Amino acid sequence: MFERIISFISVWAIPFLLFLIPILAMKNKVKVYESFVDGAKGGFEVAVKIIPYLVAILVAIGMFRASGAMELFVRFISPVTDFIGMPAEALPAALMRPLSGSGTLGIATELMKEHGPDSFIGRLVSTFFGSTETTFYVVAVYFGSVGVKKTRHAVPAGLIGDLAGLIAALFICRVVFGG
Amino acid sequence: MLNYIWFALIIIAIIVGAINGRIDEVTQAAFQYAETSVNIAIGLIGIMALWLGIMNIAQEAGLVKMLARLIKPISKRLFPEIPPEHPAMGAMVLNIAANWLGLSNAATPLGLKAMEELQKLNETKDTATNAMATFLALNTGSITLIPATIIGVRLTLGSQNPAEIIGTTIFASAFATIFAVSATKILQRLPVFKMKETDRSTASIKNSDHEEGK
Repeated sequence: MFERIISFISVWAIPFLLFLIPILAMKNKVKVYESFVDGAKGGFEVAVKIIPYLVAILVAIGMFRASGAMELFVRFISPVTDFIGMPAEALPAALMRPLSGSGTLGIATELMKEHGPDSFIGRLVSTFFGSTETTFYVVAVYFGSVGVKKTRHAVPAGLIGDLAGLIAALFICRVVFGG
Repeated sequence: MLNYIWFALIIIAIIVGAINGRIDEVTQAAFQYAETSVNIAIGLIGIMALWLGIMNIAQEAGLVKMLARLIKPISKRLFPEIPPEHPAMGAMVLNIAANWLGLSNAATPLGLKAMEELQKLNETKDTATNAMATFLALNTGSITLIPATIIGVRLTLGSQNPAEIIGTTIFASAFATIFAVSATKILQRLPVFKMKETDRSTASIKNSDHEEGK
């Protein structure tokens, strides 16, 4: 039921906005076409502004992944994760989450092929995938679009959130699915 | 912070790649991701223009302000530095709503619109404000009511109940969001992350120079 309602809202949210906004704007005597074009002008500029930030972040992450450093890091950190009861197989997916969305999805898919989507590991990595965003990507795109280079506490706070999300995912999967 | 992380990623990649005999792959990845980045950015142009256009209509009609007024009780606490009826608020609400609904084609452009508005209130243009960091924390936690991508993968792989991870995902992402937002509130006061007074004073000196010149 919950799923039905949410997907109904998801399908209708955008058409609803595209319907409602021009009507209310017309009512308030806004010249809708002219106003749209004025706003849309900025689209190109914003996209181009992001490029250097995105290249910096994605190239660094891509090189890191290609080097095999992730596997090394997993081995290094596994005593800690064993201690909190994280299955060793799920660890690469957890560590990849803030770095790369497509990378995490790839690892999660492989694990579910191997262990089955309804195994504990399958459910856990599925929860990992949906529970946080790709922090570094969001930082590059959002700050890049306005030319902010000094990100201050945004990255550490995002990573603290990622870590909290991982631990919460592990905890709730234990409670709901056992294992 | 990002300076050190970026440096570490690159240096570790080269050293470990050399040891693992994968230096060729590392080089290839650098080129490939440089290209991917540009493709992602270019791919944004169309939807970015669409949403910036729609948002401009909404703004001129006073709808964004109306939305901002609606969430004033929450936004006052989360973003004390932002005037409660500033258009940034309206854009942020729409971005977060789009995230919840999993409408990524709308979420990013609306988020960038919010950043543009937040930047207007920023005195030091190359440095993140507290409000920006809090907004980013809300985004990286990213609550999605239906994680459609992973449900799709589970379905293809023959799961008996592909949607059973909805509840656990919402729980974990709510947790992540609360922690990330609380972290920004605590970290913003630490000396390392504080807005440097020198940044601000040079900005104001520049302004006063400008005024004297008039």
